Amino acid sequence: MLVLVASSIGWYALFCLLGGTLGGIYQLDWPMPFGPALFAVDPLSALFLFPLFLVSGCVALYSLSYWPAAERSDSARLTLFVGVFTAAMVLVLLVRNGVLFLMAWELMALAAYFLLTTEQHNREAQKAGTIYLLATHSGTMALFALFSLLHRVTGSFLLPAPHSLSTSVTLEAVILVTALIGFGGKAGLMPLHFWLPGAHANAPSHVSAMMSGLMLKMGVYGILRTVLLFVDLPGWFGWLLLVLGGWSALNGIALAAGQRDLKRLLACSSIENIGIIFIGIGMALVGLQTGAQVLFICGFFGAFLHIVNHGLFKSVLFLGSGVVLHSSGTREMDRMGGLAKRMPVTAALFLVASLAICGLPPLNGFVGELFLYLGALYDGIASPLPVLALVAPLLALVGGMAAITFVKAYGTIFLGTARSTVAEHRHAADGPMVGPMLLLAVCCLAIGLAPLLLVRMVAPVVRFYSGADVNLADLGGLQIPLMPLTALNLLLLALIVVLAVCYRLRLHGLPKAASATWGCAYQAPSPRIQYTGTSFSEMMVNLVGYVAAPQRLKPVLAGFFPARTATFSYRPVELLLDRVLTPLFSWIGLAFSYMRRLQHGQLHIYVLYVFATLFVLMIWAH
Amino acid sequence: MIDIIIHCTVALLLPPLLLGVITKTKAAFAGRIGAPLLQSYYDIFKLFRKGSVFSTTTTWVFRAGPLVTLAATVTAALLVPLGRHNAPLSFDGDMVLFAYLFGLGRFFTTAAALDTGSSFEGMGAAREVTFSCLAEPTLFIALITLARMSGSLRLSTILTYPSPGLWLATGASMLLLVAALFIILLAENCRIPFDDPTTHLELTMIHEVMVLDHSGPAFGVILYSAALKLLVLGAVFVNVALPVSTGDSLEDWGLFVVAMLALAVGIGVVESVMARLRLLRIPQLLVGATILSAFGMLLVLR
Repeated sequence: MLVLVASSIGWYALFCLLGGTLGGIYQLDWPMPFGPALFAVDPLSALFLFPLFLVSGCVALYSLSYWPAAERSDSARLTLFVGVFTAAMVLVLLVRNGVLFLMAWELMALAAYFLLTTEQHNREAQKAGTIYLLATHSGTMALFALFSLLHRVTGSFLLPAPHSLSTSVTLEAVILVTALIGFGGKAGLMPLHFWLPGAHANAPSHVSAMMSGLMLKMGVYGILRTVLLFVDLPGWFGWLLLVLGGWSALNGIALAAGQRDLKRLLACSSIENIGIIFIGIGMALVGLQTGAQVLFICGFFGAFLHIVNHGLFKSVLFLGSGVVLHSSGTREMDRMGGLAKRMPVTAALFLVASLAICGLPPLNGFVGELFLYLGALYDGIASPLPVLALVAPLLALVGGMAAITFVKAYGTIFLGTARSTVAEHRHAADGPMVGPMLLLAVCCLAIGLAPLLLVRMVAPVVRFYSGADVNLADLGGLQIPLMPLTALNLLLLALIVVLAVCYRLRLHGLPKAASATWGCAYQAPSPRIQYTGTSFSEMMVNLVGYVAAPQRLKPVLAGFFPARTATFSYRPVELLLDRVLTPLFSWIGLAFSYMRRLQHGQLHIYVLYVFATLFVLMIWAH
Repeated sequence: MIDIIIHCTVALLLPPLLLGVITKTKAAFAGRIGAPLLQSYYDIFKLFRKGSVFSTTTTWVFRAGPLVTLAATVTAALLVPLGRHNAPLSFDGDMVLFAYLFGLGRFFTTAAALDTGSSFEGMGAAREVTFSCLAEPTLFIALITLARMSGSLRLSTILTYPSPGLWLATGASMLLLVAALFIILLAENCRIPFDDPTTHLELTMIHEVMVLDHSGPAFGVILYSAALKLLVLGAVFVNVALPVSTGDSLEDWGLFVVAMLALAVGIGVVESVMARLRLLRIPQLLVGATILSAFGMLLVLR
């Protein structure tokens, strides 16, 4: 409840800021060794605060009925950490002191850990929590290095003013790479994404919504903040971000397409969306480097719009997955089916968000991607060697695979008939949880229909980077088609409505019959003969087998019919985690087990260790 | 103004005729007389007067599928130039919206197929999304190459720019693009060698099997949308492959209609002389088309 109040206050404050000039600075001089505590709001923070307040407010409202305090004993803990988590994220966005930033960052990371291990007796959640903790702390290690390096350059832990830092080429490269490791890991950029699917899948759904919609963005914020510090950036950095972004987008969605677990699927698609955001940032930095203003503007607009948009539609999807989970009792899509009949509102909202995440008009996902396409296409006609133009076919491929993934998810969960008795007998209804989802989905539609609203909001951030005003109406001969887009989207909706009315009127006068689905005259159909989500995406998963090679365990067949005990199992494998990191870490664990011989609990030998160490040190000092 | 009216009239009325021409050509190849040229119009008209059967499994998504697809295709038809005339609506980057409108239609068609709970339709939907996902990059590479030649990001300029002179100057590149676009045209419209639109009982079918459970007016809408899609993508192809202009607006319209009918005959010939590809070969052909268009792009950069 407190989060709700706080976020509405935050909203009010944000609107005040957006109305006036952005530049509130608050300095607290205290006698701490790391210097004064400096808090500031600039357009970059405001960009991230906007979805943060909106989504956390909705999540708080949602959790009242999703995790009711009266029924769940652990709800006090959950509520506490949701509040801490939100507050820590706000702090991360506001502080301008390296040490305080690290504190807020750790607070956020640890709160997320406690949130995702809410179901602490679940082994899977424990494992996901450990992997998350290892990953986030490896990232924090890089951040320690980053802020120490910055301290060495500026002599203070306060972050330097934008566009003011210039150092030697090597030091700049080291700073950028440590930032990329530290923040990129948090954002889920490949190849540092391995903690993400498990963590998102095992957290309570509203926490997953916050982690995916908001926490990943903190990593993006970190990179944007670091980039902002420098006077000029090396050329390779933009290209590096672009390549990593493209790689994440393509492989993230390939991974998502093969999943059976609904929340894992959503988590993998977060990797894809983070990839798209980084494609935009990379494009903008390349544009900044080469002086191509259109690339710069389109890249940043695309990335910033997608940051907000992804926060909105991914939250709807995760909150929707919570409702689905509540009513079906399983995360496995292949056991669900036919939920649209029992929860029509959830089904409709999930559909809206699915369309948005595939980047289809008339929803908000399309607007962000349109900017990236425009940048790529402009590069295609204007630059002598249009490498960036390849972003367009790449995005098209990623969009196509996103469509496979979300048609599969939507179709398997909500359409058809229930595939298992588990999904059928549970109590299922929309409930009060759909309220917050509705609000977010309406935002998606509103931004899709009137992209100018969000573009106006994002423009100050782009100006913050470029230092000059942005005129979208004429960018070197390119006109950003915001008004035509609104007109066409409205036309599309109007056409749909007119056709629907005509169709209804037409149906009235004609005979209608209801019957079972046509099954080639097969008389005993059962829900089990329906196409499952796994088979739906199988063709594509086989084509991209290098990244999402799932394990298929087939039964050994003897005789004409398989035995009753014969089972087939399908398990999507994550290449890096399952094939590389887990074996590596278990090998390291094995190697270190020999070290345990030193730890035997015999006191006199320990005293001997102390003596030997002292002796060696004395000799070394001489 | 007159051009806009003609554009809408041609776009709305011509499509079923193309289906008729294709059927007639195939009949001629098989030595039959075949159905009348206007048979598709009769079919659609008849379907609009027929009753419907709805599966008890379905929800509103099943009913919305054909309608959203038609609305998206009609909107896309307003963006593409027919013949040598600018489209009624055009803006920078309209090709992105053009491609994504088909994506919207596809999302709803496949969702409607899954709504029936039939495994046939699930299979069809899975194939449809997979193959179109592979076809999409080709379309974009081809459009970027053409955009680079014309120096514009508007479909109207890009597609009316090719001329006999351009063909003479960059013949190799144009040839590769035309080949890639033809493959995409056949794949997106579910024609042989990708799909066989005349049957739906084989387990290898794509589009026809997705719409098995639709009946009555909804099926009429599907038939019409498919024909309209053929016209729209066919117009993209014809604009690139046959860049002839007479200079007179009305004569150009006539020329466009003749070219579209010729394209329909061409598709009919391809369908008559080829067998459908094995399902596993289809991705290879689609990736092949992507590589063709990428070659076309490289040749332009040279």
